[in-house]
Amino acid sequence: MNRHVKINSARTLAQAHFRTLRLGTPFQPRIDALALTNDWYNWAGYRAPHSLWDEELEYFAIRSQAALFDISPMTKYRIEGPDAEAYLDRVTLRDVTRLKPGRVHYTAWCDDEGFVLDDGTLFRLSPTRFRLCSQERHLPWLLDSAIGYEVSVEEETEAVAGLALQGPTSFAILRHAGFAGVERLKIFDLAEFAHDGAAVTISRTGFTGDLGYELFVPADNALSLWDRLMAAGELRGIRAIGYTALNGARLEAGLIVANADFTTAEHAIRADRLRMPDEIGLGFMIDPDKGHFNGRRAIFEARAKKKLRHVLVGLEIEGNIPAEHAIVYCKKSREVGLVSAAMWSPMAKRNVAIASLQRPYGDTVVDDLWVEIYAMRELQYQKLMKRAKVVPRPFIKLDRRTANPPADF
Amino acid sequence: MTSSNLNWDAIVIGGGHNGLVAAATLAKSGRKVLLLEAGNEVGGAARTEEFAPGFRVSSVAHLLNRLHPDVVKTLELERHGLKIERGDFVPSVALSKDGPLVLHGAYGEALTGASPSEQSAWRDLRAQLLRYAGVLKPFLSRRPPDLAGMSLAEMTGLGQTALALKKLGKEDMRDFLRILLMNVYDLLDEQLSDDRLKGLLAFDATLGSHLGPRSPTSLLGLYYRLAGEIGGLAGAQIQPKGGMGAVVAAIRSAAEKAGVSIRQASPVANVIVETGRVVGVLTQDGEALRAKSVVSAINPATTILDLVGPREVDTGFMRKVKNIRMKGDAAKLHLALDRPPQFAGVDDAGHEGRLVIAPSPDHVERAFNPSKYGAFSPEPVMEITLPSLADPSLAPSGACVLSAVVQYAPYALREGWAAGKPRFLEAIMAQLEAYAPGIGATVRHAELLTPADLEARYRMPGGHWHHGELQADQMLMSRPVSGWSGYDTPLEGLFLAGAGSHPGGGISGAPGLNAARRIIAMRA
Amino acid sequence: MKAWDAIVIGGGHNGLVNACYLQRGGLDVLVVEKNDWVGGAATSRELTPGFLYSNCSYVCSLFRPEIMRDLELPRFGLQVISYEGGAVFTRDGDYLANYRDHDAHRREFARFSKRDAEAYDRYARDVSRQCRFIQPLLMRTAPDPTSFKPRDLGELLYLGRKFAGLTAEEMALTLRFWTMSISDFLDEYFETDVIKANFALSGIIGTALGPMSPGTAYVLLHHYMGEVDGSVGAWGYARGGMGAVTKALAASFKASGGTIRTGAEVERVLIRNGRAKGVVLAGGDEIHGKLVVSNADVKRTFLKLVEEKELPDIFLRRVRNFKIRGSSGKVNIALDSLPEFPALPKDPPVYRADMHFTDSIERMERAYDDWKAGRWSADPFLDMVIPTTLDPTMAPPGKHFMSCFVQYAPPKIAGRDWTDADRDGFAESVIAQIAEYSPGFRDRIVHMEVRTPREIEAEVGLTEGNIFHGELTFDQLLFNRPVPGYAQYRSPVGGLYMCGSSTHPGGGVMGAPGRNAAAEILRDLAKPTLHMSPAHDVI
Repeated sequence: MNRHVKINSARTLAQAHFRTLRLGTPFQPRIDALALTNDWYNWAGYRAPHSLWDEELEYFAIRSQAALFDISPMTKYRIEGPDAEAYLDRVTLRDVTRLKPGRVHYTAWCDDEGFVLDDGTLFRLSPTRFRLCSQERHLPWLLDSAIGYEVSVEEETEAVAGLALQGPTSFAILRHAGFAGVERLKIFDLAEFAHDGAAVTISRTGFTGDLGYELFVPADNALSLWDRLMAAGELRGIRAIGYTALNGARLEAGLIVANADFTTAEHAIRADRLRMPDEIGLGFMIDPDKGHFNGRRAIFEARAKKKLRHVLVGLEIEGNIPAEHAIVYCKKSREVGLVSAAMWSPMAKRNVAIASLQRPYGDTVVDDLWVEIYAMRELQYQKLMKRAKVVPRPFIKLDRRTANPPADF
Repeated sequence: MTSSNLNWDAIVIGGGHNGLVAAATLAKSGRKVLLLEAGNEVGGAARTEEFAPGFRVSSVAHLLNRLHPDVVKTLELERHGLKIERGDFVPSVALSKDGPLVLHGAYGEALTGASPSEQSAWRDLRAQLLRYAGVLKPFLSRRPPDLAGMSLAEMTGLGQTALALKKLGKEDMRDFLRILLMNVYDLLDEQLSDDRLKGLLAFDATLGSHLGPRSPTSLLGLYYRLAGEIGGLAGAQIQPKGGMGAVVAAIRSAAEKAGVSIRQASPVANVIVETGRVVGVLTQDGEALRAKSVVSAINPATTILDLVGPREVDTGFMRKVKNIRMKGDAAKLHLALDRPPQFAGVDDAGHEGRLVIAPSPDHVERAFNPSKYGAFSPEPVMEITLPSLADPSLAPSGACVLSAVVQYAPYALREGWAAGKPRFLEAIMAQLEAYAPGIGATVRHAELLTPADLEARYRMPGGHWHHGELQADQMLMSRPVSGWSGYDTPLEGLFLAGAGSHPGGGISGAPGLNAARRIIAMRA
Repeated sequence: MKAWDAIVIGGGHNGLVNACYLQRGGLDVLVVEKNDWVGGAATSRELTPGFLYSNCSYVCSLFRPEIMRDLELPRFGLQVISYEGGAVFTRDGDYLANYRDHDAHRREFARFSKRDAEAYDRYARDVSRQCRFIQPLLMRTAPDPTSFKPRDLGELLYLGRKFAGLTAEEMALTLRFWTMSISDFLDEYFETDVIKANFALSGIIGTALGPMSPGTAYVLLHHYMGEVDGSVGAWGYARGGMGAVTKALAASFKASGGTIRTGAEVERVLIRNGRAKGVVLAGGDEIHGKLVVSNADVKRTFLKLVEEKELPDIFLRRVRNFKIRGSSGKVNIALDSLPEFPALPKDPPVYRADMHFTDSIERMERAYDDWKAGRWSADPFLDMVIPTTLDPTMAPPGKHFMSCFVQYAPPKIAGRDWTDADRDGFAESVIAQIAEYSPGFRDRIVHMEVRTPREIEAEVGLTEGNIFHGELTFDQLLFNRPVPGYAQYRSPVGGLYMCGSSTHPGGGVMGAPGRNAAAEILRDLAKPTLHMSPAHDVI
């Protein structure tokens, strides 16, 4: 038989992907044009900016004006069908029956052992249609979970472009851009709006702890949406930003990032890296009154038998030197955990951090905690032992985030 | 939906022999037990049925070689009509164009038809196999060790095994550890030279599994057989009078005596779960029956996927259950014959025994090959019994019943069984004709049950009589699935007691007995 | 006459590793090699002008980095070049590539199945967990489970503790992993034929088993537990061919004062009063040594080089029962230009990787059925590489060396020996398969070396042509390798040791058997082993 005939199917047409190891998102032409620093990183296979022009000032764009951040690389699944609600209620921790159409909630999902597979946001687009957004990929798990349910699960990461518009003037920009009715969106509401012959889903959500919105649009309509926002925002200080700025804002808001603040179960090669929701501050999602959900048995057994080994806490550390990846000690001697994210918070004017500690430290024993900071200064480590205090998260609370109606400018 | 006010201690789903054993054992412990059988009669795959006017046969399992002694004792089966005497042991005859070779007594206590040197080699190998199977035997009546945390009893059990190993002596222990996961083909090659004997053993090791004699771990199949016993003798086999239905009748009688209520023609629609706990079952008639425990003695996949459903269990568990390999390769042939067939060179006693067509390990391996690709063996291997010779009540006067288990007949036949069945029957008949010339002309009626038929008729998914491949990775702690091998399930109050649970299939009653013991120990 | 401290029979990589460690441990060591060159099955020879072949083994991953460092192999010329993944050509004119880049890898799989693309991470995690469990065992002597010696008990305890350190889920997976077929294992992760075939090949290479045989999941691990400079599971080419490994070893050995005698075939081991005293060469020369280490496989060593009367019956029986079936052959080809594969887009990295044409488990298994029937596979499985795409020094500019590892090839053809006509037929099955995917391939061939199990046995001395010196099934692993009771590199004959791939942890160009044997020998001599690095930490 002759295998020389070149076939042309969608499959063979996709062969050339190896020439572009980091894909661009649908917004890439605009972002490339603004990327003065050319400071890229790999976000789930996409070329994403660490910064575009000045990472410090980009942060302040979030807090003082409005920042536009491309979230297209986030993994997105479209989940649809008469059993979609029941299906998601079984897959995820929080009670999906209480998530009304037009609402969003932050949730997480676990394996049988109760270890967190990922966290993410669940958008209820209609009674029978949802979008699940997450850091990692979960198609086999989601498909296997669908056995016995009338539901379809489709990965739509490439097909759907996403933008986060965050900051005090974000509402004003949307209103000025002509999204009539957007003022009615309360925190965690979503609605569809017309755009460029297609629909854009706008939700009042974000990863900054600030007033903000997230917009999802078919990839083909992405650029026109970008332009529409930029035009409307010109006089309201809109700036495109990279991840470093966003990461600062999320830390102030006390939010965690999968595979940064905890290791997701399908990626944990070392068994002691696995985490239950109660061990990463997501215990609040567990609802003993809802029906069965994945990991329920293990989670409640761990609670009952006191088998929880870790706890994730917010720390306030003396001084102003960020304690990134510092080891946490009790009484300056006993190693009890590790800082996963840290910064000097410009909004709180405090030196804050998120850390994972071994129980009982951080849980019932919270006194006499210290962090050992290795600050590299001109090729030398300055070793600092600083007192740390367990504090509640978020580290900042901005009333404008939830204000109704949101402030217009 | 109607609801019964009666509250049962235990409801057993499925009246196969394991269900009956579990029910009887639980009832004997003082529990109020209801057994629900979907079919019109109990017995599952251990029934005696009429397949042609006046011809009756053990419809799936046709030889009794591993009914667990604890089952016989606990249920006092001998008082309920089970009779096993040494004289009932039937030989195994390895058919061959070179004349047959016969294993007499309990798996060849004596061997005839072989050379003196082969006889002596066989004595050694038989003793060795029985010794090693003996080390494994205690596992049959125990829960598999719990990897997450072993109880004292489990530790003691394992300690006893370690001790039994040490007792073998250094060299014997070394051989034990070496050959444990070996293929049967190589072991036979190491120790024997007669193809007929090797063919028979290769057949026995792979019977009921999707393995060929050259597949690593296939020796375990032989251990499994030899860990079984009947009448106190490992490896022995009998053809029960009245067929396998008579054995089930004895177990049923013991169950009823112990107070088990048996409802036939009562298929279960689903298991009722309330806040993570199983509280009863809903029958297909719409009746809700409540119980403290529900014991499913049917297939584990059917239980979890169909009766429980995904909503009450975790995805990983569902995934494991779905991954249980259970596509059967064994078909069952029933022939109504005008007169008893004459297998060339076989004496009368041989005809009343088990006749095996598996002329060499290579032949068995060649028969296995096509099954990997969804095709049946062009020259199938089989074990044949003629039950009506010893029990004339099974056939009209002068006529004869032939019952054969035939391999390899893959469940998922690529051409489909509608097209494949007549062709497979032809292939089987060609083999029979070669060893019993003239048999074809005496066939009054032929019934061939492919794995697809066995699935439909006996509710055995994949037509797999072990309710899950009995291979090393689906044994012990991994049976039916890892993490849940000890008869309990992630659902409190639900237990699995069928052949899909440890130790596996065959008419042993061990899964049913072990499950019942587990429930009693848990005070559930 | 001089009595050497140690005589190593066979200058394969394990013999040389062993000799190096002994020499550096203070012994005066002689290596005797039957061929006029050293290297055994890790050799590079110029069989046609300008082309250097990796005649037998052809890729490098398993060779322990601890050994490379201890023996200063880079100083003596060893350099390993990682290759870029792999590819399986499909019968519909496409191909599936493995890219080193995680995202490209996922996108490539997604061309065939989005589900499989996203299943890869869990698969990789589970296999990594198993590798982490097994890797530390490579550089340790297997314990004797029947022994009450403190050291054996200690090692058993170590094994037990390692096992107990796993979670219940991992333990269950480990138990299943060791007994599953690679086909069944992959079914639990993937749905696409070609993707399963792509992984399954690591479960069969070097074994006389098909992908549907239980135990092949473990074989996959054996191919995954290597590394190239810390990148676990990576494979690469030794610069200058696999002979570079043994050349470096030989140079290191000589630099430390060792002596190599080539063209010296050992006829038998000299044994007096149950103790090895040296070797007798084919010409009748006797060489005396205080101890003898055999790099030959266990069958060759004890059935050919040692007289029966020197060995206990039970040992002999077990040696005879050792399974060492050849299952593979090799076709080495000198090409006057790079072959073209119309299925590939322009300049794909696939050329710098291993290429295959077996796009389903079924085809792989059917190829194995041929082996069982005593014939070479009509539709063989090829592991094909073109090392000159990354190492241009092996051929003249613009020309290429191609190595095709071929399965299955039985040690005998339907019970009789291979003939030259058989060999040609075998080669033709390989060339025909490549030509099917690469038009004009035949015209590019300058020279070809065909090695069936017959040639492999005759030249390298691998019994039945088995590249691993014995099957990697459970009955021949750990304390069962090569035979129960003698899994610690010693033999029933005093002063006679084994250091070849027949011993734990088995075959492949790994060097661990040679190293571990040296450790046992030095222990018996009460000599220090400070020059031997312990296994690298697995953290």
